[in-house]
Amino acid sequence: MTDRAPARRRAPRLLRRSALAQLVLARLRAFFREPSTVFWSFGFPILLTIALGIAFRARPPEPVRAAVLAGPGAERVRAALAADRGVVAEILPEAAARAALRTGRAAIVVVPGDPPTYRSDPTRPESRLARAAVDDLLQRAAGRPDAFSAADARVTEPGARYVDFLVPGLLGMNVMSAGMWGIGWVIVEDRQKKLLKRMVATPMRRSEWLLAFVLVRLVFLLIEVPVLVGFAMLAFEVPMRGSWLALAAMAVLGALAFSGLGLLVASRARNTQTVGGLINLVMMPMFIVSGVFFSSANFPPALQPIIRALPLTALNDALRAVMNEGAGLAALWPEAALLAGVAAASFALALRFFRWV
Amino acid sequence: MSDLAIRCRGLVKRYPPDVTAVDGLDLEVRRGECFGLLGPNGAGKTTTVEILEGLLAPTGGEVEILGARWDRDAADLRARIGITLQETHLPERLTVEEIVRLFRSFYPRGRGEDEVIGLVSLGEKRRARYDRLSGGQKQRLAVACALVGEPELLFLDEPTTGLDPQSRRQLWDVVDDLRRQGRTVLLTTHYMDEAERLCDRVAIVDRGRVIALGTPRELIHRVVGQEVVEFEAPDGVLEAELRALPGVEAVRRAGAGWALTVDRLHLAIPALLARLEARGVALSALSTHRATLEDVFVSLTGRRLRD
Repeated sequence: MTDRAPARRRAPRLLRRSALAQLVLARLRAFFREPSTVFWSFGFPILLTIALGIAFRARPPEPVRAAVLAGPGAERVRAALAADRGVVAEILPEAAARAALRTGRAAIVVVPGDPPTYRSDPTRPESRLARAAVDDLLQRAAGRPDAFSAADARVTEPGARYVDFLVPGLLGMNVMSAGMWGIGWVIVEDRQKKLLKRMVATPMRRSEWLLAFVLVRLVFLLIEVPVLVGFAMLAFEVPMRGSWLALAAMAVLGALAFSGLGLLVASRARNTQTVGGLINLVMMPMFIVSGVFFSSANFPPALQPIIRALPLTALNDALRAVMNEGAGLAALWPEAALLAGVAAASFALALRFFRWV
Repeated sequence: MSDLAIRCRGLVKRYPPDVTAVDGLDLEVRRGECFGLLGPNGAGKTTTVEILEGLLAPTGGEVEILGARWDRDAADLRARIGITLQETHLPERLTVEEIVRLFRSFYPRGRGEDEVIGLVSLGEKRRARYDRLSGGQKQRLAVACALVGEPELLFLDEPTTGLDPQSRRQLWDVVDDLRRQGRTVLLTTHYMDEAERLCDRVAIVDRGRVIALGTPRELIHRVVGQEVVEFEAPDGVLEAELRALPGVEAVRRAGAGWALTVDRLHLAIPALLARLEARGVALSALSTHRATLEDVFVSLTGRRLRD
């Protein structure tokens, strides 16, 4: 008879008796047994990518919408405009034409005459486009010859679309909120429930307790990044021009920086309401100015030095540079240095003030 | 090696501006005994215990645990004691077995998970998640986590508060086992029956000081006497008359009636009844009970334990 496997499988002794391994396992188990946290970490960013990717997908250009004021010659003008498939023209009486222009249903109102009058709002880009297109068509219809006929070379490249801008931003945002909530909130929850106090009363090494959080964060990063980027590549053909190694390195630095900030906001807070408020206070400005959903270049130059100094700006810029422009690590050292600096400073400060019991 | 597991002198803990939680408390707990800190809520029991556990720094006084001191030997001491906090929430999504294994991993030496789980009779629940356990099971798991490092000294802070009677008895059995194994246990409680049942010696704590110390029987006998007779009757009985009855040691008012502390019930009761009859006073209630630590507390402080 050969030895039979024991009825119950047991983890190797090294794993069973290693406090660090057990702490990491405990965090992973607690995480994966909580369906809502799993959703918010992995499912939500994908749903957001799908929703925004569909909303801003590449579409044929919008037609120019023109209204022609009812009256003598209106039908001739309408026919001249309708000859171009890029223009939608309809004849409207005075009141309806005004309303259409005001509400944006029409970008321009043409009043037939010799010469015709164009009513449009020059502060609206679509009105200016419409004016140029309408004028061109009417001039040609009136017999103006083209001086030359230009050739068109059409270029629509991945990397320049909104979804290509968006995905690295979502990745950065996810790294930030997972670090802040996953570390800040969880630490304070343990403190509030006196679990931290209970653990500190054992010979457990405090450094291992903290290290477990960071290791767990890095494990999740290994799932989050490939899932989100892989999904975006498959579903939206988002480009990945740089190396995965560069992307991983920047994501890890970002995760360390936001783990440190999470630890810092958690260092004194006694209850989860307090730390929740602090986390939002830290994250909200970065959501807005650090280029998650739109470019941070939209903010005035006076604010740029502050925006450049924020860790999420550095992370988003670096992730975008890797994915969209194929930047290598050598080109990313300013962002890498900023993230490493934030990580080091926040860990040092947090440990200085940490409330263990 | 000192035969004292705990020695503290002049322990003081103040919280600015004006709260004094512990006010010059002295305590000596011998190795191998089960010692109870008994007192009402807010007496300073938990503060005292947390100072002894090295979780709280005292404002003043000296503490020696197992012959060592927290300021010098904290790392070593942590491995030699086991504790339960007054309320702990262990990780909710983990199972009994996983939690015990987690705590075991913190200790350099100790017992196997299976053995400890068996000690607190949670064998059938080993794969149950913490959030599915009853209050009593959670408390026994907390004790298991305290035992897993094979501690020389065990602190149990209000181990049975909030538990139903059956769960309390199960936990008492666990503590009884620990006593039989010769472990030193310090427990706090505001249940006098628990202290009488479990403890070799008790210290009654009130307002941050020890006001009485001894074995439960000794304290009861010394402070109260053997039996307590309580009765209610309309006015017309004089305290001096009651005091003069044979076998009565002390008299005090108890609610609408009187409480007599008595050492010979068989003499005191007939004498009391005869006296009341002679006075023409009709009894509206009469009861007797064996004196308890509750009576000790009342006669020392004039208040009840759970006021």
